[in-house]
Amino acid sequence: MSHDDDDHDHDHGSHLTEVQLRVRALETILTEKGYVDPAVLDQIVEHFETRVGPHVGARVVARAWVDPAFKASLLEDATRAINESGAFETIGDHLIAVENTPQQHNMVVCTLCSCYPWDVLGLPPVWYKSAPYRSRVVMDPRSVLADFGVTVPADTRLRVWDSTAETRYMVLPQRPAGTEGWSEEQLAELVTRDSMIGTGVAAQPGAARK
Amino acid sequence: MSANPHSKQDALGALNAIPAAERAPTFNEPWEAQAFAITLALHRRGVFTWDEWAAMLGREIKDAQARGDPDTGTTYYHHWLAAIERVVREKGITDEQTLLRYREAWDKAADRTPHGQPIELTPEDMV
Repeated sequence: MSHDDDDHDHDHGSHLTEVQLRVRALETILTEKGYVDPAVLDQIVEHFETRVGPHVGARVVARAWVDPAFKASLLEDATRAINESGAFETIGDHLIAVENTPQQHNMVVCTLCSCYPWDVLGLPPVWYKSAPYRSRVVMDPRSVLADFGVTVPADTRLRVWDSTAETRYMVLPQRPAGTEGWSEEQLAELVTRDSMIGTGVAAQPGAARK
Repeated sequence: MSANPHSKQDALGALNAIPAAERAPTFNEPWEAQAFAITLALHRRGVFTWDEWAAMLGREIKDAQARGDPDTGTTYYHHWLAAIERVVREKGITDEQTLLRYREAWDKAADRTPHGQPIELTPEDMV
């Protein structure tokens, strides 16, 4: 993956690649002008590397599965439901949750770039940002699902939601059968990242999460 | 990474080649994380709206595709970096000349820093 390993043939000094030079230049200029603070940059990176991720969304889904009132308000206004529940960290505006049912399977994309519900899913996977996914999921969602090893019944409607900078979607997957009486913690273990993008479904009981 | 022009067939085939692991590292390299954090920090300061940012990033991605970038997601942060550089220029925060001058300074700093030691910028690098 790394293109930055070409510093081995320098006998004395160090070497920075073109992109490393560009990022350092940008950061130095912005720091000197007071636009950014390196300590804050570190905090932002730390937040995204360690604190947010699909485990947050998984807890939201599990709560919706066990608490019908929470589910109703989640589907009405996901941001408000999550922030008012007091059970989760505060998230940003304009999150919309779309519910998978036997009649409809939802999938999320950003055809323009890569808008994604960071607060509940972390940063998007590489394939979400790729041109093939962004174009194919709109043209032929069923074949994209097949690539992910997911088959939905022929009479289930597929609906693709195109994210924007201001409107971000997460899928509320169907609760797997055979999980009656499970705790929220147990249920959250079944909720995969892909099931909240719609390129997967929740894991079956007994199947370990990938 | 080939630079083949996009045909629909290429686009259809390429999805299968993209790693789909559930738990991939958030950033592949530290510079990606820095570019990302700089962008969020500037947004928090109100330098641009997310609409503006999405439009800018979308434009960079389209331009890169037109130049033959396969756009499989692995070059994503290259587009991101180009977009944030364009934003700071267009917002008048800095200009291309200044960006170049600081790049050269960092290059000098790297050259004089023994391998394995942290690279730091000093005023001498700026001359």
